[in-house]
Amino acid sequence: MTNKISIRELDFYYGQHQALFDISLDISEREVMAFIGPSGCGKSTFLRTLNRMNDTIPGARVKGSVEIDGSDIYASRTDVVTLRRKVGMVFQKSNPFPKSIFENVAYGIRINRMHTSKTDLADRVEKALRDAALWEEVKDRLNTSAFGLSGGQQQRLCIARALAVQPEVLLMDEPASALDPIATQKIEELVVELKKDYTIAIVTHNMQQAARVSDKTAFFMLGKLIEVNPTQRMFTNPDEKLTEDYITGRFG
Amino acid sequence: MERIIDQQLGILRDKLLLLGGTTEMALRRSMQSLENRDSVLAQKVIKDDRIVNEMELEIDQLCIEIIALHQPAAYDLRFVISVAKITPVLERIADHAANIAEAALILNDHPEVRSFNDLYSMAEIAGEMLKDTLDAFTSEDGKLSRQVIKRDKEIDRAYDRVFGELIELMIQTPSVTSPAAHLLFVAKHLERIGDYVKDICELNVYLTEAAFIKHKPIKKKKKKEEE
Repeated sequence: MTNKISIRELDFYYGQHQALFDISLDISEREVMAFIGPSGCGKSTFLRTLNRMNDTIPGARVKGSVEIDGSDIYASRTDVVTLRRKVGMVFQKSNPFPKSIFENVAYGIRINRMHTSKTDLADRVEKALRDAALWEEVKDRLNTSAFGLSGGQQQRLCIARALAVQPEVLLMDEPASALDPIATQKIEELVVELKKDYTIAIVTHNMQQAARVSDKTAFFMLGKLIEVNPTQRMFTNPDEKLTEDYITGRFG
Repeated sequence: MERIIDQQLGILRDKLLLLGGTTEMALRRSMQSLENRDSVLAQKVIKDDRIVNEMELEIDQLCIEIIALHQPAAYDLRFVISVAKITPVLERIADHAANIAEAALILNDHPEVRSFNDLYSMAEIAGEMLKDTLDAFTSEDGKLSRQVIKRDKEIDRAYDRVFGELIELMIQTPSVTSPAAHLLFVAKHLERIGDYVKDICELNVYLTEAAFIKHKPIKKKKKKEEE
């Protein structure tokens, strides 16, 4: 598989505080990679370096390189808006806009002027909702408020919103941590389904979730990448003692 | 701080070792019942096989509970899987011991056929192998497990000798065919026990090294054949 994302010798600082140390990692095209590790280990920070979401934080600094399709996303010529369209993000807490279900998904399509007509816009919204496995549940109430949806549905709406602008990479930061087991299962099934078309990086605290949905797992601790391996190896016979101790719950 | 799963894994380990000890005793007693022509002891071995069966069920249940409730990973997972796979092997060894005891009951009703040293040395080696593999499991000693595996050949060679001698005896003295046939069964049970101990050793290696050594990969085997 070809590398979609290549990270080399990445350091990250919040002002004086170094949060990531010398991370080098490749993520292949149409692969799900899970990032696991104790709270504060840098896995979310690392995820956010992949679409420059950390740029908005005052004092944030990056050293090293992150290449997507061979282009350095931190190069001065990179257009951050285009980058974030290409690398979509779904957050822990679903954050729909205070608009209708339809408008939530249509928003990104509109501002990026991706549609050619009203019908095309409607088609794109439908496709995104179908891809997010939400269409059947909302097709009869597209013009009602997004806040009327359940937590799991809102999260899938956010995924639909991310998909609507046709990204190539999806970053998911604990997308199911606030959901009940059934909604969680739906998100997990969706991740597996989306992998056919997208490259996915997912941060999760739920180790079983990482085991279920990912092809590879990367374990972070204290800002360092301790181990990255195929998920089945990681959970049956990890290379590193630290990984073993973490996944078997020997430390928190 | 001890993890909740540690307590469960500790209980599982103890139960397996108890089963191992009971199986060792069954094998030792079954051969004693044969050597000393002790039918009372043979009856006890046969009766006690039920205890082994109960132990197997208890271990199965605990393995299922640990997997369902604690979702073990890495070493913990390999430990539970190894115990779940070692348990029925020990139970089968105990079955063979009970079968030897049954043979002893029949043989004790016949006049004694001459002693076959190799038969008792087979039992001795099998007993030592079983003890060593349980020690290797306890101490997580992959090296010792690999050494024990090699000893299975000693049993196989002794079996070949016993087999030859008993066939010869049946030809020479047809009147002892029946007891000789039962002795042949005893030898076969011991030979099988050697194979089972080998299986446990292979699971010990899986536990400690996460490597499957039971079957060679097909590709390598083919290469060897070509050579």
